Amino acid sequence: MSDFVRRYGWGLSAILVTLTAFWLLALVWVPYSVMIEKSFRLYLPVSEIGGPSDRYTLANYLSLFDMSASSEFLGLMVPIAVQVFLITVFYSCGVTIICFALAYPAAYFLAKKAAPAQIPTLFLMLAIPLFVSEMLRTFAWFIILAYQGPLNALLDAVGLSKVRWLSGYNGIIIGMVYTYILFMFFPIYNSLTALDNNQIEAAKDLGARSWQAHLNVIMPHAKPGISSGATMVFMFAVGSVLVPTLLGSPNSRWFTEIIIRSMFEGQDWNSAAAYAFLLLLVCLLFVSLVMKLFRVNLADITR
Amino acid sequence: MSEGVEISRVSVDFGRFRAVDNVSVDIRPGEFFSFLGPSGCGKTTILRAISGFLEPTEGSISIGGRPMRGIGPNKRPTALIFQNLALFPLMNVWENISFGLKVRGIDKAERRRRAEDLLRIVDLPDAAHKMIAQLSGGQKQRIAIARALAVEPKVMLLDEPLSALDLKLRQHMRSELRAIQERTKVTFIYITHDQNEALAMSDRVGVMSKGRLQQVDTPERIYNDPVNGFVASFVGENSILEGRIQQLDRSQPCFVTADGAIACVAGPDLTNAARTKVYIRPETIKIGDEQVNTLPVVVNSVIFEGNVVSVIGRTESGAHLTSQFTNRPGLMLPSVGEQIKFTFAADAAKVLKVE
Ligand SMILES: Nc1ncnc2c1ncn2[C@@H]1O[C@H](COP(=O)(O)OP(=O)(O)OP(=O)(O)O)[C@@H](O)[C@H]1O
Ligand SMILES: [Mg+2]
Repeated sequence: MSDFVRRYGWGLSAILVTLTAFWLLALVWVPYSVMIEKSFRLYLPVSEIGGPSDRYTLANYLSLFDMSASSEFLGLMVPIAVQVFLITVFYSCGVTIICFALAYPAAYFLAKKAAPAQIPTLFLMLAIPLFVSEMLRTFAWFIILAYQGPLNALLDAVGLSKVRWLSGYNGIIIGMVYTYILFMFFPIYNSLTALDNNQIEAAKDLGARSWQAHLNVIMPHAKPGISSGATMVFMFAVGSVLVPTLLGSPNSRWFTEIIIRSMFEGQDWNSAAAYAFLLLLVCLLFVSLVMKLFRVNLADITR
Repeated sequence: MSEGVEISRVSVDFGRFRAVDNVSVDIRPGEFFSFLGPSGCGKTTILRAISGFLEPTEGSISIGGRPMRGIGPNKRPTALIFQNLALFPLMNVWENISFGLKVRGIDKAERRRRAEDLLRIVDLPDAAHKMIAQLSGGQKQRIAIARALAVEPKVMLLDEPLSALDLKLRQHMRSELRAIQERTKVTFIYITHDQNEALAMSDRVGVMSKGRLQQVDTPERIYNDPVNGFVASFVGENSILEGRIQQLDRSQPCFVTADGAIACVAGPDLTNAARTKVYIRPETIKIGDEQVNTLPVVVNSVIFEGNVVSVIGRTESGAHLTSQFTNRPGLMLPSVGEQIKFTFAADAAKVLKVE
C-alpha cells in the first residue's frame, strides 16, 4: 500500500482506491447480495410481499429437483433440470478440451517457433475477430453452418455429402470453441513465452522426443496458463446464453436457458437467482475439484 | 567408452553472416579439448552444431566415425551443459538427474539408484530431494554435470559452465571438472573465453577469432609458440613493438624497430621486409644486459602484486616494455624515472603475422 502511494501520490491513490471500492461494492457486491437475498424468498404477487407467506425458504432451490419432470441420464431417472445441468457441464468440458487441443499447439508455435518478424501480423490476425461483437460472430457461424450455407455448398462442390452441422450440440460446440478459444490461447501463450528455450533444448539433448519434452517440461511450465485458460473457457461456456440460443438445435438444451425462461417468461427472478447461484456454486466446486485432480495427476505423471 | 569428434571444414551461416568459417579439428577420444576465444567468435555456434541443434551450412561433423548430418540432438551421443545450465526448476534434484533415463523408459527404482550414484560422483549425496531453487551456484553446476553424465554420453559439451561463479568457486570447479573427466574418461569439449581456464584444464586448446580457428595445440605450445599475433595477444601478456622483419632467409632473422634491430625468431607466414610486430612475454624480459637483445629504458612504473613484480619501461621511441619477475626476499626494485636496461633472448622475441 505504501508502495502504491509512493508511486501514484496521495491524490491519485485515493481516487483509484475509491473507484475500485465503488466498483466492487456498488456494481458487484450489492447486486449480488440483493440477488442472493431474493433467491431465498418466494416469488409472490405484490400484495403478499411483506405478508405472512413472505419468509426465507429453500423452495426456489429445491424446485430444480422437482421429480415431476424427470428424464433419463446415463440410465438414471433424474429431474429434468439436473439432466440439463449435467449435459451442460459435459459439453462445456468438451468445449474446454477442444479449445486446449487447438490453442496449445498454436500458442507453442507463436511463442517458440514463429520468427519474431511474423508475430505482430499473426497476433493481429488472431485479434481481429475479437473486434466484431459476439452476436455478429455467432450469427456468422449460424449462416456458415446452415444446411443450405456456404460450408455445405463447399462440401457439395468437392463432391462430399452435406452435413447437418446445426443438429444436436454440434453448432453449440463449434460456436463456443470459436468464441472462447482466445481465452485459452492467451494465458498459455503468456506462460510459454516465459519458458527458457534452453529448457526445451536441454530436454531434447538428454534424449527426449518432442512429445516427451512437451509432456515433461513444456506443459508443466504452461500449467498455470492452461488451468486459468481452462477455468475461463469452462465458466464462459457453462454460462453462455447467446451461443446456445443461436446455434442450438430443437433437441439441444443448455442450463442457462432454464434460468432465462424463469426470468423472462415466468418473471420469476427469485427462482432464476436461485438457479444462477446454484450453477455458479456447483461449477466452482467442479472446477476446483478438477484442478485438484489435475495437479495430483500431473505431479504423478512427471515423477 | 568415449568417442572422438571429427570436425571437417565446417562453416555455419546465419543469413549472410558467417559465424563459423571453415573450421577443421580432430578431437580425440577421451580428450579434454577447449575452444577459446573472445565473445561472439562462434564458440557456442560450433557447440550447437556438434550437439545437433543446428546443421553446418558446409562441412561435416562425425562422432566416433559416424557422420552426424540429419541426426537430431536427442539421438546424438552428446550431452550439452548450457551456459545457464537449464536445470528444470519444476523438478527436484534426482528427477532432474534421471530425466534422460526416464525418457529412455528406465523404471523408477533403477533411475533412483543411478541418480544416487551420480550424486555421490559429484559429491552431493544428500541433495536428492532438494528443489533446484534451493541450491547454490556451485551445487547447481554439479547437478547439471550429473544430469549430463546420467545419459552416459560419449562426448560432453560444456558452454562456459563456470562463468556465473565467483573466482574461488570457479577455481575449485575447474579441478573438480578435470577430475570428473579423468574418472569418467568421457571426451570433454569445453568452451570458454577465459584463457586461464582453458590453459589450466585442457589437453589441447583451439583458439578462435571471428569464426576461424587460429591454432590448435597443447596449452604449453599455445602459450610458448603462438602462430600469430591474435593468439599471442589473446593468450597471456605481451610487450609489443612494431617494425619490419629482415633476413628471414638467414639462420638468425632480425626485426628492425624504431629502437634498433632485435634478434628474434619468426613465426609462420611471414615475408621478408613485411611490416609486422614482435611479441615479448613479460617473464622473458630481465633487468640487465646479459642477453643478446638489450634496450635502454626509463622506468615508467613499478607494480608490486605480492608474488610477482612488474616493471614497465619506456624506450627512446616511446614504446612500453614490461618485465615481470617473481618476488623474493632482498629483491632490489628500480625506482620510477631511473635509467635501466631490459634484456631478453632472441627466442623470447617472437615476430608474428598480425591477424
Ligand atoms: N541464431 C542466430 N542468428 C543470427 N546470428 C547469430 C545467431 N546465433 C549466433 N549468431 C551470431 O553468431 C556469432 C557467434 O555467436 P556465438 O553465440 O557462437 O558466440 P560465442 O563465441 O559463443 O560468444 P559468447 O562468448 O558471447 O557466448 C555472433 O556474432 C552472433 O551474433
Ligand atoms: Mg556463447
